[in-house]
Amino acid sequence: MLSIKNLHASVEGKEILKGINLEIKAGEVHAIMGPNGSGKSTLSQVLAGNEAFEITGGEVTLNGDNLLDLATEERAREGIFLAFQYPVEIPGVSNLQFLRTAVNAMRKHRGEEEMNAAEFMKLAKEVSKQVDLDPAFLKRGVNEGFSGGEKKRNEIMQALLLQPKLAILDETDSGLDIDALQVVSNGVNALRAEDRAILMVTHYQRLLNHIVPDYVHVLAGGKIVKSGGRELALELEERGYGWLGIKDEDTSN
Amino acid sequence: MATTDKEVKELIKREYEHGFVTEIESDTFEPGLNEDVIRRLSELKQEPEFMLEWRLKAYRRWLEMDEPEWAHVDFPKVDYNSISYYSAPKRPEDMPQSLDEVDPELLRTYEKLGIPLHERAKLAGVAVDAVFDSVSVATTFKEPLEKAGVIFCPISEAVQKYPELVKKYLGSVVPAGDNYFAALNSAVFSDGSFVYIPKGVRCPMELSTYFRINAANTGQFERTLIVAEEGSYVSYLEGCTAPMRDENQLHAAVVELVILDDAQIKYSTVQNWYPGDENGKGGIYNFVTKRAACIGKNAKVSWTQVETGSAITWKYPSCVLRGDNSVGEFYSVALTHNYQQADTGTKMIHLGKNTKSTIISKGISAGRSSNAYRGLVKFGPGADGARNFTQCDSLLIGDRCGAHTFPYIESKNKSAIVEHEATTSKVSDEQMFLCRQRGIDPEQAVSMIVNGFCKEVFKELPMEFAVEAGKLLEVSLEGSVG
Ligand SMILES: Nc1ncnc2c1ncn2[C@@H]1O[C@H](COP(=O)(O)OP(=O)(O)O)[C@@H](O)[C@H]1O
Ligand SMILES: [Mg+2]
Repeated sequence: MLSIKNLHASVEGKEILKGINLEIKAGEVHAIMGPNGSGKSTLSQVLAGNEAFEITGGEVTLNGDNLLDLATEERAREGIFLAFQYPVEIPGVSNLQFLRTAVNAMRKHRGEEEMNAAEFMKLAKEVSKQVDLDPAFLKRGVNEGFSGGEKKRNEIMQALLLQPKLAILDETDSGLDIDALQVVSNGVNALRAEDRAILMVTHYQRLLNHIVPDYVHVLAGGKIVKSGGRELALELEERGYGWLGIKDEDTSN
Repeated sequence: MATTDKEVKELIKREYEHGFVTEIESDTFEPGLNEDVIRRLSELKQEPEFMLEWRLKAYRRWLEMDEPEWAHVDFPKVDYNSISYYSAPKRPEDMPQSLDEVDPELLRTYEKLGIPLHERAKLAGVAVDAVFDSVSVATTFKEPLEKAGVIFCPISEAVQKYPELVKKYLGSVVPAGDNYFAALNSAVFSDGSFVYIPKGVRCPMELSTYFRINAANTGQFERTLIVAEEGSYVSYLEGCTAPMRDENQLHAAVVELVILDDAQIKYSTVQNWYPGDENGKGGIYNFVTKRAACIGKNAKVSWTQVETGSAITWKYPSCVLRGDNSVGEFYSVALTHNYQQADTGTKMIHLGKNTKSTIISKGISAGRSSNAYRGLVKFGPGADGARNFTQCDSLLIGDRCGAHTFPYIESKNKSAIVEHEATTSKVSDEQMFLCRQRGIDPEQAVSMIVNGFCKEVFKELPMEFAVEAGKLLEVSLEGSVG
């Protein structure tokens, strides 16, 4: 589904990604771990098409098509979804309006009828329950005054609504208490499907107890330095990043 | 970052939708202004003597006045002798008595503007008075209004039919010598609307006027007068458009509102005059004086305006809160792009006890435009317990535009309370990225973000016009991303 070859990217003239290689097939769940500042968010943002980052080399294809040629919104419509590490607020724009606009943009792209306000309201209410968000949140401004945990649940709710082909989840577990972590994990597990891939970015291994990945990759210094199965995460938890010769200020959870 | 800037530029480039010219024969005065022109105008309108005298007095005052220069706008001097002061669609007969008699070409114009008079009026329950260039062409819904005792007619008709009301109230809120443009308007106003709501009557429908400037080199000087007697209520909306022309056109209107005890007027404006092209060529000069006098106790007025058009806007809908406990409100969205300039705001003059005013101003600047809020809050010595709340928010799109805030406060009463809040923000790259990541077009994203920013004002508009205002912002913002 997604194929990344020797990807280089920089921001403000500083190279962050220094040759990433990664193959993800439909139905798989991949976890990317790594210390702070290793480039995890950069990789997520680059895949989603944030133009703040400059691609300096390599290629990325989605089902054989060149992804890097597509504008951000086109990538989204082709099924790339990014759950943001720091979701931004849009004051005055209701979550409901925002989500309906997004869902209808996707439907239009697929040649489907747009959903009217009533139909969408019904769908959105169901999905908000799935992540334990009070439907009252739908009426609030996008991320406006949401707590950290609410923002994260809101991101997963969007993934559930938009049903992407590739869901990239950037630190969706950070700042969550145990209950919220369970809710978010249930949401992500509900996303798992034969025809969908998930790329989970996390600093901590604890999320992987709830969402068991097929593959684990360690990102350090802008490169994937080690790949393995589920057991790699456990080993990291036990021995820390230092075990791989990587410096990290914080690997505990 | 590059994204927003590039997107914004593309968004703003969309063309003005109402920029067509209607081919109809019209009677137009030769350009130029002198007492003879005013006499001819008054005669053509079969005005009573007092009206002509009033006009001439205003004209003589105007000759002694200077064009104001204090506003934060910049434009070449207007040559008042190159403007024609009267243009009316030519008709073989007199004024049309019903819609059937209105020139079909004219009706098609309104249709293009999205106001098919009959359908829309009926569907929306809106009574429409349409002013085309200088005269009022059709007033719909006269009958149900007459039943309620409401008078809603062209002001030229009111001058003839209700001279005592006109004599009593015309110029009572905005005196002829109030300011340069008001004086000019008083001398040459050609038409406009007159509304009278009798005591205790709640006007059974929204009243609405559409203004359109069609003829070239014409000024439009309409005059609106609304009187709300004790305990009455009316909601009034005006919409404005003009064709695309390379020359600048002058629009100098005066609106006067008179509100008696326990009465309320809600006045909404959607102003979409031609703003000029993307290089700043052409467009309307919109120099307008709007003022409401809350004469009675517990009188209430709210001005809601959505200003997206005009090359230059110079406009300060004001409230004189004379009656005790009277309330003035001002809700404004002003959007400028390309080379548009807007200097707009309000004046709240607190004279009575416990008078209250609220100002919510949302300025959006894109392109190379300049957008200024100018507001005066004044408390007279008798304004015990008076209060004002002001909130001015500016939103910038791109980095070549400007936003300015000029709040003035004058207080002669120690018990008066003023609260002022101001913010400036940008449509951020992060917001744009979030929207686009969810599959939303950059254009739609900008318009959604801007609409969110304006929400507090839009919710004050009558429902169907709130939708219209939202669409208008979207159109006006085209090319603002890029
Ligand atoms: N917009 C940006 N401007 C400048 N530097 C950035 C920007 N985004 C990320 N960086 C830098 O890139 C490096 C990688 O950051 P990031 O991808 O956020 O790491 P992670 O998500 O793994 O913690 C860090 O050194 C960070 O400071
Ligand atoms: Mg990160």
